[in-house]
Amino acid sequence: MLQYIIKRLLLLPFLLFIFSVIAFALIQAPPGDFVTSYIAELAAGGSAVEQAQIDALREQYGLDQPMTVQYVKWITRILQGDLGVSLDWKKPNAELIGERLALTLLLGLFTFIFTWAVAIPIGIYSATHQYSALDYFFTIFNYFGIATPTFMTALVVMWLAFKYFGVSVTGLFSPEYIDAPWSWAKFMDLLSHIWFPMVILGLDGTARLARVMRANLLDELKKPYMEMARAKGMSEWRLVMKYPVRLALNPLISTIGWYLPLLFSGSVIVATVLNLPTIGPLLLRALITQDMFLAGIIILIYCGLAIIGTLISDILLAWIDPRIRMEES
Amino acid sequence: MTTQPSAKSIPPLTERDDDQHAVGGGLSGFDASAEAIYVAPNWKLVWWRFRKHRLAVFSGVVTLIIVTIALVPGFFSTQPPEQIDSLRTFIPPQRIHFFGPDGFGPYVYDITGQRNPTTLMMEWVPDESKPIPLGFFVRGYDYEILGLIPTNIHLIGVSDPAIISPVHFLGTDRLGRDQWSRLMYGTQVSLSIGLVAVILSIFLGVLLGGISGYFGGWIDMIIQRLIELLQSLPPIPIWMALTAAMPRDWTVEQVYFAITIILSLIGWTTMGREVRGRFLALREEDFVTAAELIGCSKPRIIFRHMVPTFMSHIIAASTLAIPVMIINETFLSFLGLGLRPPAISWGVLLQEAQNLQSVATAPWLLLPGLAVVITVLALNILGDGLRDAADPYS
Repeated sequence: MLQYIIKRLLLLPFLLFIFSVIAFALIQAPPGDFVTSYIAELAAGGSAVEQAQIDALREQYGLDQPMTVQYVKWITRILQGDLGVSLDWKKPNAELIGERLALTLLLGLFTFIFTWAVAIPIGIYSATHQYSALDYFFTIFNYFGIATPTFMTALVVMWLAFKYFGVSVTGLFSPEYIDAPWSWAKFMDLLSHIWFPMVILGLDGTARLARVMRANLLDELKKPYMEMARAKGMSEWRLVMKYPVRLALNPLISTIGWYLPLLFSGSVIVATVLNLPTIGPLLLRALITQDMFLAGIIILIYCGLAIIGTLISDILLAWIDPRIRMEES
Repeated sequence: MTTQPSAKSIPPLTERDDDQHAVGGGLSGFDASAEAIYVAPNWKLVWWRFRKHRLAVFSGVVTLIIVTIALVPGFFSTQPPEQIDSLRTFIPPQRIHFFGPDGFGPYVYDITGQRNPTTLMMEWVPDESKPIPLGFFVRGYDYEILGLIPTNIHLIGVSDPAIISPVHFLGTDRLGRDQWSRLMYGTQVSLSIGLVAVILSIFLGVLLGGISGYFGGWIDMIIQRLIELLQSLPPIPIWMALTAAMPRDWTVEQVYFAITIILSLIGWTTMGREVRGRFLALREEDFVTAAELIGCSKPRIIFRHMVPTFMSHIIAASTLAIPVMIINETFLSFLGLGLRPPAISWGVLLQEAQNLQSVATAPWLLLPGLAVVITVLALNILGDGLRDAADPYS
């Protein structure tokens, strides 16, 4: 087990290196370097830029040097904890990202818990009551959940809430808490707002997960060991929970690897529509205003979260399924 | 593509319950009619099985209708999609009435606008004294079928040429453009983006997945690691960054193809895995061994025996991949990173409904979302049906 985890951990730096190269390539992709766009922006704002200042900026970021040197300079600065300054917000990137990152993670985790807490009972019910009225209802619900883009759900629910209840469900805080320092009251305020984006964001995942759970469990329920346990007089409820459900959960664990990162990065759209203070809308704005250093760091963060998600699912899977452990060692 | 033409060429079955045996896969009856199963080619078995899934067949019909709209959007629309009318903005959808005082004859009521004295917004009410009769196959604005045949016949429209006020089945947007016609043209772009992106994915996936599964060894190793790497990337931020990097001065066509390439860059990995898995599994099959033993050449084994067997899987997998691509294009365009006006796609249309304020003013701007939902639902159910039918021996 330990050996397995160490093996996975050793892969981490390598993956991070490749992802950082990809992130760097992405921020280099737009035409012109960012100093050009910075100067253009300053000039549009009416302030003249001295040539010496331009040269200093280029020197600082190594823009007149080959790509590899630029990459090394960029990654060294990040590794040293210097995330640079956003040219668009005129604020340090670290300050911009900090709290938003925490909220992104919190929203992702809440949604994740919500998804599992709802999808698994639905999946179990649908499989054990196959072709019942509720099973059909859930099947239809699942199809719609997958077919509806999350931002559509967000827009429709937002509109309905506004039209019939006159409430605006955007944001994560009440107006009086937005700029307030963290306190217990602010945290409670957050909890009273976070459920809405959580449900919207989780619908699609809930639908998928419930479908997978139902299919997995149906396969297990047909197996001979079920007959055996019934013949021995085990109660149906205990039997289902003890054997087939546990087996059916295994394949679901492996979905954590892609689902958790998807929750973090997939919230970009919902967060934009609902105006949530997460890193998603920050990335969108950075990309539109070509604030490429900020964008690069956010993409790097998303990649890091993706790696962590995969790692968690790998470890969980090895922990739960002894076959994988044995195979590796 | 195998199932579609087969619809017209169902084998001449002697007995109606013949396909029951075929579909059930049961060997209960060895009567003469059941023999059809043993000699039927793969695609026939797939079709017989698919036919059983009523909902999937229905979804197939819905998909066909949507594809028809995508092929000739001009025929289904009532106005040129770019036509602006600054006097007729934010008109709500006009209800179609089917039965008038003298029997069947669809019509809508004309609308009149008044300016609300306090909000200064135009408010539109139906004018029940002025019904506008609608007709089918009426003459309207000029358009070209598939860019080739110029015509001016439309499926539905105002039948009386003397009436000049246009009808808006789905209302108008902030520039007074007809939402229904725009939706029809958007169908063409959104559906074809999904299709082109999936075709690119299939090409890459079959090529690299095939190479991987066929050659094995270190090539397989490298391609598999590449797939794993691409799949562990967070797709949404990567797509956003790539689309944001497109130069602003690109033409609509350039952006269109760039988006399909960007979407298939990660999309091919699923297809690649699928193809490789099929290749590996089929290599062990008896009929492949048999073909090898009687001395078939490698290309013959691959193209005559292996490819037709997993073709149905590829078709099913790509049917399920198209809706994913459609949703991805929609959200990219919705965020303003994908297609940009003057291009019309469902995402571009939904951009008009991006914030609460515009949705509250004109809720009908959300209707293109319904088109997304219907299309994705139809393709998903169709794809599920095809996937279940793809393995007729199971």
